[in-house]
Amino acid sequence: MHELSIAMSMIEMAAEEAERRGGVQVHAIHLKLGQLSGVVKDALLFSYEVACEGTLLEGSSLVIEEVPVVVYCQTCHAETALASLQRFCCGSCGALTSEVVRGKELEVVALEIQ
Amino acid sequence: MMSTQPRLVEVRQNVLKQNDLLARDLRRRFHQAGVRVVSLVSSPGSGKTALLETALTLLRPHCRVAALVGDLATENDAARLARSGAAVKQVTTGTICHLDAQMVKSALEEWNLEELDMLFIENVGNLVCPSSYDLGEDLRMVLLSVTEGEDKPLKYPTIFNTADVGVITKIDLAEAVEFDSQAAHDNIQGVRPGMQVFEVSAKTGEGIEEWLQFLKSGITERVKVLTG
Repeated sequence: MHELSIAMSMIEMAAEEAERRGGVQVHAIHLKLGQLSGVVKDALLFSYEVACEGTLLEGSSLVIEEVPVVVYCQTCHAETALASLQRFCCGSCGALTSEVVRGKELEVVALEIQ
Repeated sequence: MMSTQPRLVEVRQNVLKQNDLLARDLRRRFHQAGVRVVSLVSSPGSGKTALLETALTLLRPHCRVAALVGDLATENDAARLARSGAAVKQVTTGTICHLDAQMVKSALEEWNLEELDMLFIENVGNLVCPSSYDLGEDLRMVLLSVTEGEDKPLKYPTIFNTADVGVITKIDLAEAVEFDSQAAHDNIQGVRPGMQVFEVSAKTGEGIEEWLQFLKSGITERVKVLTG
């Protein structure tokens, strides 16, 4: 359960950004969350709410965009989304591949401010 | 009174940026000092400490080895590993379920990296959280013991996918627990195609020599790169 410390880092990051912009209010944090980031969406949403209490971001929401894992195939050069995390193979030709192009993201992409 | 609509401003910041920067820093320091760093991840009880004790004992006559061991509580593992004669430091994380780059950095403060050839970092026993944190290591080794079942890689694909090398431990118990080696290898290859996997027993010594040769070859390669 490392989602709490991740939620706290995000809140700190957003609070600093809000400060830099002259103390604006943050309504929401928009996050890209890769399926292979090692972070669980539901646990993060729960942690976020808890971690916001008593901070500048109390009452704000966390908007998560999940990013599926996309792999590159060296055999047929296709980039395809993984059908299952249990099998890293090309969605086009079926060859096994471990070259992950997307899906490891844990990135704050935008803030909704007022 | 004028009301303003909320607006969206682009930020683009990696949440673990601080950790990644520290890890990059550590990696640079390790390279400059010529120390090869191997981290071990696994579920609790899969034999990280036993394997590490064997490695430290057998490697010590040939190279300068040390270990950092992470645990939520107790210094038991460090005490056990210190029997090998190698330098060992315990990192107790309290309630934190993983090591991060800052913990590694702090733990190394009193050590002179120049005096080491190889450093092991034993992570907290956990197959989930450690996957997100880069520790600056050269090699992340994931352990799977035969008693855990062949499908562990399928249940925890992220940690297996982010590891560089696999080690199946307690192979001396394989028959007793009817371990299906082929299925285990297939599952590992399914979530991390191409990963090199060793089978070892810290108890009987089976497979240990081959595994150590692999670790030592990394040092030789490093020396070649540095001098060549």
